[in-house]
Amino acid sequence: MLTKRIVPCFDVLDGRVVKHVGFLENRRDAGDPVALAKRYSDEGADELVLLDISASEEGRLATHRVVEEVARQVNIPLTVGGGVSGIDDVRELLLSGADKVSMNTGAVRNPQLIKEAAHRFGEQCVVVAIDANLNQTMRTYEVMIQGGKIGTGMDAVTWAKKAVDLGAGEILLTSFRQDGTREGFDIQLTKLIASAVNVPVIASGGAGKKEHFVDVFVEGHADAALAASIFHFDETSIQQVKSHLRQRGVPVRWEK
Amino acid sequence: MIVLLDMGIGNLSSVQSGFARSAGAETVIVQSGEAWDELIASGAQVSGLVLPGVGAFGDAMFQLRSSGLLRVVRQMAREGKPLLGICLGMQLLLSVSEEHGSHVGLGIIPGSVTRFPNSVKVPHMGWNDLVKVVDHPLLNGITQGDFVYFVHSYKANLQNEADLLAAADYNGIVVPAVIGRGLVLGTQFHPEKSGHVGEAILRNFVEICRQTAKAGAHA
Repeated sequence: MLTKRIVPCFDVLDGRVVKHVGFLENRRDAGDPVALAKRYSDEGADELVLLDISASEEGRLATHRVVEEVARQVNIPLTVGGGVSGIDDVRELLLSGADKVSMNTGAVRNPQLIKEAAHRFGEQCVVVAIDANLNQTMRTYEVMIQGGKIGTGMDAVTWAKKAVDLGAGEILLTSFRQDGTREGFDIQLTKLIASAVNVPVIASGGAGKKEHFVDVFVEGHADAALAASIFHFDETSIQQVKSHLRQRGVPVRWEK
Repeated sequence: MIVLLDMGIGNLSSVQSGFARSAGAETVIVQSGEAWDELIASGAQVSGLVLPGVGAFGDAMFQLRSSGLLRVVRQMAREGKPLLGICLGMQLLLSVSEEHGSHVGLGIIPGSVTRFPNSVKVPHMGWNDLVKVVDHPLLNGITQGDFVYFVHSYKANLQNEADLLAAADYNGIVVPAVIGRGLVLGTQFHPEKSGHVGEAILRNFVEICRQTAKAGAHA
């Protein structure tokens, strides 16, 4: 049986992991990415996501070194994203050791990038990240870009379907409303997207306690769940989350 | 020495670090038939061959042919040297694939490669448990229910059940996970990304290569 995945995520700035609180708020240092990657992989993480949030050219180089080092040290899959805007970015990250590359704003601005990347490197390594925000009056979810700063007017379900048609092998779905709140994943949004596409969906944004993971898998139909700060600061361990999921009958990978 | 074939599309560095991490084994990457000839001329003793691979079936076969690596694979298989195909590399061992058209494979293990039906999510992505079908040196220390990491949209269909070493159940679909005929072996999952279980499989392959080389030297 295919199991549900627990995916710790780190934001990397100038070669360091930084704490992520909401999209637009301040961030603080959470340690060395290689040490953290090894720890999570030892603790039973199923996959790692590393997001490069550096804007500067210097920061970008630091991130490449981090990707290489993390890929060498860990024995689980690694997804890397942040600022991917062209096919050369995808190629470079894959060569640095990423197994999958996540694209967000770059894919919205140029959807053909998804097609080109899927054709050249295979659908399995193309992750399209969607930041979605609930539009209260329209009762729909709008796709946001540039870290949630800009609304696109595009419907999240429509965009997810289009991205998959173009060759996305996985959707990394972040709820703008829930992100940083620790009040739980956006179940409604996750269910909406997971039932609209035939590729795996990673739910992100809002994880605050182990019970939230059960909800997002059982009710939200997510294939994987991503979390950052609850793992970085030892509030809940991956093992605690997994053993809770097991008790509740959700299949997870367990190393004997 | 174990040689990794570079078909221009694979994630070779992770396979290479996988072998280093799990078995302390040094591997050499070879990109063409000429590079292979030079390696052999330099006196290197190659004990095993690995076909890694992500990408498309047709492109990979084209690459094998145009780079001159196809004859290397055939020669190694003929000489009875251990060979390990990973993911797409495993599928290449079969006779034919329907990925983006119809493509002829290496045909070392009879069978075909077809896309998953739309009744399941495609790709089959994530950690699935293994059902061991037979005991095999490649699966030493692996127990029923150990998890490994898959990511693929196409699956193998074997002509002979005897070539199936382990399977995975994906929502009722039986996925050949480990296949083998003689010392030609393949894993549909990525051992280099499959935690300690995957590392054990890489270590087992290194041991198979070592034992085969030893037996050959004494023959």
